[in-house]
Order: sequence, then structure tokens, then C-alpha cells
Amino acid sequence: MSTSLRRFLVTRLLLTIPMVLILVTMIFFVMRVLPGDPIRSQLGPRVSEEQADALRERLGLNRPLYIQYFDFLWDMVTLDFGTALTQGERPIRDELGERLPATIELTIPAITLTAVIGIFSGAYAAKNRKKPVDYIIRLLSIAVYSIPIFFMGLIFQIIFSVRIPILPLSGRMDTLLLTNFTSITNFYIIDAILTRNWPALWSVLMHLVLPSVTLGLALSGVFVRLTRVNMIEMLQSDFITAGRARGISENKLVYRHALRNTFIPILTMLGLQFAILLAGAVLTETTFSWPGVGRYLVERIQLRDYTAVQATIGIFALFVAFISLLMDILYAFIDPRIRY
Amino acid sequence: MTDKLTQNKQENNDYLVEVQSLVKWFPVQTTFIDQLFSKERDFVRAVDGVSFNIRRGEVLGLAGESGSGKTTIGRVTIGLEEKTEGNVLFDGIDLSTLSAEELRKLRRRMQVIFQDPLASLNPRMSLGDAIQQGLKIHYPETAKDHRDIVLDIMEKVGLSPAKFFYNKFPHQISGGQRQRVVIARALVTNPDLILADEPIAMADVSVRALLLDLMVQLKDELNLTYLFITHDLATAKYICDRIAILYLGKIVEISELEEVYGHPLHPYTRALLAAVPVPDPHDRRKEPMPKGEIPNPINPPPGCRFHPRCPYAQEICSQEEPLLRELRPGHQVACHFAEDFLNA
Repeated sequence: MSTSLRRFLVTRLLLTIPMVLILVTMIFFVMRVLPGDPIRSQLGPRVSEEQADALRERLGLNRPLYIQYFDFLWDMVTLDFGTALTQGERPIRDELGERLPATIELTIPAITLTAVIGIFSGAYAAKNRKKPVDYIIRLLSIAVYSIPIFFMGLIFQIIFSVRIPILPLSGRMDTLLLTNFTSITNFYIIDAILTRNWPALWSVLMHLVLPSVTLGLALSGVFVRLTRVNMIEMLQSDFITAGRARGISENKLVYRHALRNTFIPILTMLGLQFAILLAGAVLTETTFSWPGVGRYLVERIQLRDYTAVQATIGIFALFVAFISLLMDILYAFIDPRIRY
Repeated sequence: MTDKLTQNKQENNDYLVEVQSLVKWFPVQTTFIDQLFSKERDFVRAVDGVSFNIRRGEVLGLAGESGSGKTTIGRVTIGLEEKTEGNVLFDGIDLSTLSAEELRKLRRRMQVIFQDPLASLNPRMSLGDAIQQGLKIHYPETAKDHRDIVLDIMEKVGLSPAKFFYNKFPHQISGGQRQRVVIARALVTNPDLILADEPIAMADVSVRALLLDLMVQLKDELNLTYLFITHDLATAKYICDRIAILYLGKIVEISELEEVYGHPLHPYTRALLAAVPVPDPHDRRKEPMPKGEIPNPINPPPGCRFHPRCPYAQEICSQEEPLLRELRPGHQVACHFAEDFLNA
């Protein structure tokens, strides 16, 4: 690792700190400005003041706001995240430990699908520019981009699990199989393989199809268009014509020479879309009752569970910052012109 | 057929390239709405009936302003664009009769050097790999010698020491060196014809002469034929054997270099030559300059295409199109009044 790369990494990591700090601070105060509070959401409106005060004191919500704020910051720094205010008041770290693997198991196939669909159909459209297939791909890309994720999910559910019941409707795996399923890592695919529980593995994979396809498809629209535009420009560049003049075959020109040179903008977009992917995961998880972080966040916002929401969003922010850092490092590997 | 494509045959035909009444029209890009409401499509008449031959070992210059169709002629000649009408024969082979695969094989024998070397190099490929590619495509059977061949040719074009440049990338070297890479890349397949499309226009003035010298030297050494495209008559003078002057997709004058420069017979050629700066303040230009800009090639002027700008234009020029006529041995010109300049 060169010194300049190290300096770049350190700078980027240091810049992540104020970014995450600003975000969690905003979340901290916004949550408290929102009408409603965790006491009322749990005890209901008809509870006496004494009972409410008792719970408030137990949860530490009677302390001055600035103490709660610094307490929260300390929890974030030590990666302890504190305890949730609702639903059993469990440590947030444990709760996220169960939810995060589910979300990751959903988003990795989704983003892979997004990249594959987006890049290849974009490149194919660019190669066949102004032919019918180009128009069809462009139309479809707008369609998947503009249809709300939950709506697309519902349509898929109706088609593939109600009308033609070939795929499960919702959840992570068959409830019947859960009884003799031991979870080690909470990544169900890995767990199923570790315990050699093949029926469970099959069930997990089948349950994964609809949500990941929905999420992946919804995000792919942007990539189709981005790839197409960049490829069209690339295919008109002199070095492609020069390659053609040298006798490089057309497919090689398109998918090797031109496509590789469009990876930089695509990678940038992939990094940026990661935040949207997490937002999409919230909707997808809600539609498919997927027990991931997204659904957890929605639940806890409704319960005004301050600590749980703060911690979850803080983790989202760290994720996004980490991914964009990863992208910046990858640039240098993809493009020899970029050196840090 | 394969033998015919790959073997260099030097006999039975003086001409390496024969272009006959070549026409290339590009449809004008129209919006979807326009296509709905109008049935007629407009065409840019980039090349409108051009014939010329290139002898083996010759450098033919194509000179003209931007928009005269010189680049298009070059691209059609080596099969990078499809012609609209006419014939293009390369070594007696009609390009339009070839399948895509046969044309791809034939490309070994006709290579191209573009104006902008940075744009014509893949930014992610090292120089050695870029040059080697032609070998990989056309000589896969000699794979183990490729590296040596590449190093050899890099030395030949002045990229020395070749081993130093082999693993460099395009952005790490100078503009003049990049053009040398592009030249090496074109030469590596052992071609017969090189299309050089303004190969030195982007280079610094200081290295232009060096690059031209290199191209001349390589031509003699490797038995090459050049189709040399330029807008700069001073450059053409340096390298061309014969030259064709183009105006709006037509040849207005074509002959040996000394003929055209010594006895220009077309008002346009005379104006172009007068525009070449001469390093003598007393030698002022006496030739009247053309008026205005080159017209729109979608609707070229009737009659002689040059007449709206021609200082000598008369009635007949706007009505009748002048044909190429041979007024001096080997010297063809398309102007109704070219005789007036015969003794000028």
C-alpha cells in the first residue's frame, strides 16, 4: 500500500465521522420532535401519570436531554448501542444481530441481480441502438424504475404465489421447517448448509426469490439507462473504431473493450444506490414480511423506540459510508489512470 | 477465398485500391415526431460520386475543408462504413461482396491511424497489450513470438527503450509518443494499406515533422501504401505523391503533387494554396479568396457546388455541373473555366 493511498484512506475514514455524527444527531432530535413517545405507544392513552413516570424513569427518559444525547453517542462509539425502549427492552445489539443477517441475505442477491440485469441489458441496448429491442429495454427500464417497489412486490405475489403457486408468499422459510432448524449465524443459507439441512436450504432459497427479484429489478432501471448512455458514448469513441479496424470481433468490442471502460460511472452509481437499496429493503421487507432491519426500523419508528431507531440509522449510515469508501478504492483497481 | 484475403499479391494489378463512383449519404437524424409527420427523409451527401485509384506503394492525399467528405471516403475505403452506391475494390476484391467475417480477416491488410491518439487508445490497456492485439487476432498461431514482435516494432517507431514503454498506459506518455504507439499498432499486422486520417493534426508542431519523417521511412521500409487525409496542404506537400482536392463530397482536382501545386487549375485549389502561409512578407497573396463558409451538404448548391463562393463564377456555373476533365497529362479538374488558368 502506497503512502498516498494510506493518506487517502485515513482522510476518508476521518471524514466519515462528522458525516455519521451529523446524521445520528439529526435522528436523535427528530425522533423526539415527532408527536407521541415510547411510553404512550406501549402503555396506551388511559394510563395514570404515576405509571407513565415510573416507566419513564426506568427507561432513563426523565434525564435531561443532553445527558441522553451524550449517553447515546457513547453507546454508538463503543458499538454497544444500548437497549431498546420497547418490545422487551432487549439489547439492541442482539436485536440487530438477528435482523441484519436477514437484510444482508436479501440485499446481496438483489444488488447482484441489479448489476447483472442493468449492465447487460444496458450494453445490449446500446449495441442495438435504435432497433426495436433498444426501445423495449428502455421502456421496461422506465417501467421498473417508476413502479413503486411494494406494488411490484404485490403483483409478483399475486402472479407467482397466488395464481400460479410456485413460490412462497412471504417470510424467510417454511414455518413447519423452523422447528428443527438450528440457527447459528442467522444467515439462514449458511446455517442450512452448516447443519446440512437441505430441505431448509431449499425453502430459504425459494423464499428469497420473490423479494430479491423485486428489489433487484426495481433498482436495475437506473443502471440500464446509465450503462446504455455510457456505452453509446464509448462505442462511438475512436479506440473502438480503431479496434474494429484492426479486426476485433463486434462482441468483444462491446462486452470487453467498451463495457470495461464504463465501469467507473456504473460503480459510482452502485455505491450511491446502496443507500436507496437499504430504503428499498424497508419496503420490500414490509411487503414480504421479511424479518430484516428494514421492517424492524418501521416497527420501532411506529413505537417511537428512540434508541432502536437511532442505532439502526447509525448503522445504515456507517454501511453507506463504508460502501462508498470501498468504491473509491475499487476505482483505482479498475482504472489505471486513477491513483491515490 | 481465404487465401485471396490473406495473401499479399503484388502482381496483375497496379492498383491496390480502386474507388469507383462512390456515394455515401447519411440519413439526417430526425426526432420521432418528425418521422411521424413527414415521409421524406433528408440525407447528408457526405460523398457524392467520387472515383480514384491508389497505386501500390503510393501516398494519395485527400485534402479539403471540414465537411468535404474526406474522412468518410477514408472510412468507406477500408470498410468501416458501408457505401451507399459505387464500388470499392481492395486488391481487386469488392468489399461489398465480403461477409462480416471475411471483412474482419481482410482488416489485417488495411489499418488505420486516427487523428487523436489518446482517444484511439483504450485507456485501460497497456501500450504493449494494445499493439499486441492485432497479432492476437490475426496471427494467433505465433503467440509465443508476439512479445518480441511488439518490442521490435516499438523500437522501429521510436518508442525506445521498448521494454520501458511496454507496460506503460496511454495517459503516462506524451502526445507524440502516443501517435507512435498508434502507428506501431497499425503496422504490427503487416498491412498493405494505411488509412491515415489527419495523423499529425493533434501533435505539437515540434513533433509533426518527426512523425511525418517516420511515416515516410516506414512506408519505404515496409512497402506500404497510404491514403493520407489532411486539411493542411503544407502537410500534404511533405508526404503525398498524388493529391485529390475535395469540395462538398466531390473531387474538384486530382493529379500528381507537383502538378497540383505547380499548376492549380481549380479556383478552390488556387484559394487553398494561396492560404498556405509563406515565410516571406513581400510574397502577398494575389488569389481572390472564396466568400463565406462551406454550404450545407444536405442541400448542396445546384450546378458547380463551389459556385456560390467562387470569385470567378458565371451564369453556367449555377446551372451545369462541371465534370472532371483531363486538361494536362494525368491532371483532372472539374471547372467550366479551368482553361483560363492553364497559362496563368
